[in-house]
Amino acid sequence: MSTPTPPLPRWADLILLPIINLFAAFFICGLIVLAIGENPIEAMGVMIKGAFVYSGGLGYTLFYTTNYIFTGLAVALAFHCMMFNIGGEGQALIGGLGAALASFGIGLYLPAPLAIPLAVLGAFIAGGIWGVIPGYLQAKRGSHIVITTIMFNFLAASLMVYLLAGPMLEAGQQSPQTAKLAESTLLPKMADILSPLGFDIASTPLNASFLIALGAMAVFYVLVWHTRLGFNIRSVGQNQEAAHYAGINVARTIIITMAISGGFAGLLATNEILGFNHKVVLNFTAGYGFTGIAVALMGRNHPIGIFLAALLFGALTQGGGELDFEFQSITREMVLLIQGMIILFSGALAYMFNPPLARMIAKFVAPKDPANG
Amino acid sequence: MNTALELKNVSKSFGLVKANKNINLAVEAGSIHGIIGENGAGKSTLMNIIYGMHRADSGEIHFGGQKVDVRSSADAIEHGIGMVHQHFMLVPTFTVLENVMLGTEGGLMLRDGRGAALERLLHLSETYNLQVNPHALVSDLNVGQRQRVEIIKALKGGAKVLILDEPTGVLTPQEADQLFEILKVLRDDGVSVLLITHKLSEIMDITDTVSIMRQGEMVGHRKTSETSPQELAELMVGREVLLEVDRKPATPAEVRFSATNLGYTNAQGVLELDDINFEVRAGEILGVAGVSGNGQTQLMETLAGMRHLTSGSLNILGTEVTAADQTDPRIIRDLGVGHIPEDRHTHGLVLNFEARENMILGFHDTELAGSGTLFDYKAIQQNCEDKMAHYDVRPANPRLNAKNFSGGNQQKIVIAREFSANPGVLLVGQPTRGVDVGAIEFIHKQLLELRDAGCAILLVSVELDEIMSLSDRIMVLCGGQNVGIIDSADADRQTLGLMMAGQRQEAAA
Amino acid sequence: MADFLYQLLLSFDATLRIATPLMLCAMAGIFSERSGIVDISLEGKLLSGAFVAAAVAAVTGSAWLGLGCAMLAGIFMSLIHGFACITHKGDQVVSGVAINILASGLTIVLGIALFKRGGQTPSLPRDDRFTPIEWWGVDMMDSVPVIGTIYRQLISGHNMLVYVALLAVPLTAFILYRSRFGLRLRAVGEVPEAVDSAGISVTWLRYRALIVGGALCGIAGAYLSIAQGGNFVREMSAGKGYIALAAVIFGNWKPLSAFMACLMFGFLEAATTRLEGVDLPLIGEVPTQLMLAMPYVLTVLLLAGFIGKPRPPAAIGKPYHK
Repeated sequence: MSTPTPPLPRWADLILLPIINLFAAFFICGLIVLAIGENPIEAMGVMIKGAFVYSGGLGYTLFYTTNYIFTGLAVALAFHCMMFNIGGEGQALIGGLGAALASFGIGLYLPAPLAIPLAVLGAFIAGGIWGVIPGYLQAKRGSHIVITTIMFNFLAASLMVYLLAGPMLEAGQQSPQTAKLAESTLLPKMADILSPLGFDIASTPLNASFLIALGAMAVFYVLVWHTRLGFNIRSVGQNQEAAHYAGINVARTIIITMAISGGFAGLLATNEILGFNHKVVLNFTAGYGFTGIAVALMGRNHPIGIFLAALLFGALTQGGGELDFEFQSITREMVLLIQGMIILFSGALAYMFNPPLARMIAKFVAPKDPANG
Repeated sequence: MNTALELKNVSKSFGLVKANKNINLAVEAGSIHGIIGENGAGKSTLMNIIYGMHRADSGEIHFGGQKVDVRSSADAIEHGIGMVHQHFMLVPTFTVLENVMLGTEGGLMLRDGRGAALERLLHLSETYNLQVNPHALVSDLNVGQRQRVEIIKALKGGAKVLILDEPTGVLTPQEADQLFEILKVLRDDGVSVLLITHKLSEIMDITDTVSIMRQGEMVGHRKTSETSPQELAELMVGREVLLEVDRKPATPAEVRFSATNLGYTNAQGVLELDDINFEVRAGEILGVAGVSGNGQTQLMETLAGMRHLTSGSLNILGTEVTAADQTDPRIIRDLGVGHIPEDRHTHGLVLNFEARENMILGFHDTELAGSGTLFDYKAIQQNCEDKMAHYDVRPANPRLNAKNFSGGNQQKIVIAREFSANPGVLLVGQPTRGVDVGAIEFIHKQLLELRDAGCAILLVSVELDEIMSLSDRIMVLCGGQNVGIIDSADADRQTLGLMMAGQRQEAAA
Repeated sequence: MADFLYQLLLSFDATLRIATPLMLCAMAGIFSERSGIVDISLEGKLLSGAFVAAAVAAVTGSAWLGLGCAMLAGIFMSLIHGFACITHKGDQVVSGVAINILASGLTIVLGIALFKRGGQTPSLPRDDRFTPIEWWGVDMMDSVPVIGTIYRQLISGHNMLVYVALLAVPLTAFILYRSRFGLRLRAVGEVPEAVDSAGISVTWLRYRALIVGGALCGIAGAYLSIAQGGNFVREMSAGKGYIALAAVIFGNWKPLSAFMACLMFGFLEAATTRLEGVDLPLIGEVPTQLMLAMPYVLTVLLLAGFIGKPRPPAAIGKPYHK
């Protein structure tokens, strides 16, 4: 690089650059749709209608958004500690196991106001355990967290297949799934919560887990920027040596971070299991753990950004379903493609547009500075 | 006069920093030409431009009288330029021969060129007395041997210009002497040697001509025989070099901090600190002198709890610490020890944190971050503003990221943080490295004030002048051993120099 | 006893079939990772290769064209990876995840657009696939006891790509340790600065490593969809790319050791299918899921330093900044 790159202004870095990256991802996907012989603008319109306009569309969108918030927060918290947690998928699966065990264990004996928090806690703790082992192995034994968490995804999947097809299989069932969870641990639907308050919304899978997700966002914010633990996490993430110098226990911080990160991912089960399926089924995580990486990257590891990114992915997931009905040759899998492109452009190629953009802005914004001319 | 290499108006910027400004340089064939300057003066950048690792933004490079375009190190090698980098460019898992072959394998298959490469290696090794086993793994070689491999690599293509970037920084005096002998033989063979260093004695000892750099600019060219260390030093720093510190005699009180038979063995099993004994009293500064890499870093980090001592014991403000105690920096800090680390970028600061966050780093679980469970950013802001004012940190903006401050102001942030905790014992490493003149004076003054207020200070510095002008007593380290402790009143450059080379105090005195 | 030995032989035979794509992907992973680029995108390249091979073979009726295009598809994915992590110095893991998700989406989207079979490609007639090759003299050798059976079952009777995979291993080792390219490749994964200062382009060297890896993954994909199988089905790579990556780590980034790991992982799977529902003495019923999870368990234990100590290339995962 012969020409020096001036620094990008904050607003451009936080808003403009992500939008450009997003646009690039959609543009390439649009080209692929064109190549298939369909109209990308039309497809986009169908997806937006499906996600926001049709009755219940928004409810479904927010239902999916809830999943993405959990996995996005999980990845983002680990990122703050410079850990790459690609094990959200497995942690969420085990979270489902935790929720189910809690439900079967205590649900029969306790009323909902007590049983629900315990089931939610079960999901959090189980996910946390699946996150803390790779965290421990990284911190104490130097095993690379990326590889270990990938392996733990497969281990979680194997374990769940074994349990759902064996010990936990519902009597008389063919497909691997558990019996229905205890009634007192199920999360109420948002439609049922809101209707006594005078709001009538369409009945969709959207349930109280959405509120848990909003709460998790707030906890995340306070934890990362307003607590000593958060300070430790960010210090270790930005400069391990300096953290050690400052008396921060680096290994312990990594382990705690991965425990909480896994816990966030585990909470996905509150939405899918406690709020929607009401029993544990195979593969209920459906790739949300991986997409959490995209959510965290796009959301710049900040809860507000994560919410917006999760909303985008939620809308894509819901709107993508509409494609099946409206088009012959494009289907909901289009969304997978868009997700891949977004991870590529907002993640791996995040700074491709940085130097040209910075030069352009420098030209427009600061032509008065003679030193730069 | 036959010019081997000539630079005309070479400039190079990194981002907004101008590393080289209109550099002109002419190197005579068959001579040893020194380039001297302080850390950060732009020497390495300039050499990397000549060697094609960086591209100049503007300017010309002439080689053997012809203008050349050096786009990559491949071009440089082709023009007969060889370089020994400050950080060795060797693959530790390869043998010496494989390292030497890399880039000039002599065919698609390694077998095609192995014989010829071995022959060339042995030839060079004999001609210039560069003894090294071609089949040894580089990871098994010591630093001196590795440097020989680097020189062989640089010479293998018949280099006419050999650049050495700070070659003696990691060598013992004996190894450095051997290196200089080799360079003289090379010069007599007609090779032009470019020696980059910040050590005046090396320039005076071995070079024929010398160019001086300061802050990215070439500020002078001299024949070595016609200059003096004083003149070079003045050109290098652009100011009077004698550091005048107004130091009153110390009034040492009780022992605050002591080490008894302190030893440290690293994870590889190498003994890096051996049987160190000293004590520091309240109200005095104990300076630690030594050639860089003789255990200073290990000593500082062991004392600060960042490494675990492996034998002996420490007494810190009345608390006994032995190898059995798994200390960590937190415990030591809580005992009342402040620590200005040697490298503020690696240890002292989190560069991507705001100044106000750095101002509580290590103290973030104290009142400074607020008295409740959650951070009190008002208190954090106030704390930073107060300290910035007291220690004259500029710009006084607590929200600015640490990386956006100048070196001197970064150091002031660290100092403000550590000094204001009122430590009973203070460990200070390289307090003025990469710091501008004004800040140096300020920092020295603050250190002496703290001493007079009764703090026990241990000061490590590679700058002998700094050690001599600040310390009350001086301990000299060599090879991880304490060579002796002398009163600074009895210390002169010669005595310290001999001790730094390993001569015991009795013999030196 | 003879029956047991025959069963064992059949297991070895199945091991080889299962291990073939693992071997090819593992060699691809070695090229990429030894050059310093983390390659969790083996999975995506494998999947892309499988889809393109089946699609092209279905359209053109030529297995060879299918194979060629599968290699190109693998290379194309590698180039995306290179563009992101070499040219733009992006995060290698993020880029790998992106490629895996892209491959998942793209193969289904294109499959539906092209063939309208819910993401599958049409079944290929036998002639359009790579079919088992019977070696010379199999019938003659049958008369020789033991060796004849081994010759027929284990050595002869595989499709060409199995032999390609078996050849890829010594070839990779040869290139890595005996050739100029290999020397430079190993150097760039350890100390890229040394390569740069020797006048060799780090960028181009790493791109070449990725290209070779992409081609190998393409072959592995073709094996899945037009040799072992007869069409492409959604997600048919089913984690094999990740197992191959585990084999690379298990083999300490060395071709022959990684090959052994592939065989071991392949054997575990072959034995699992064979032993499903069988009661073994002492053990009881074979825990299928545990057997299938063994590669992951072993890799985790290895990474944690409980079985030997892995030594990854020193510069892996770090973009090269001059």
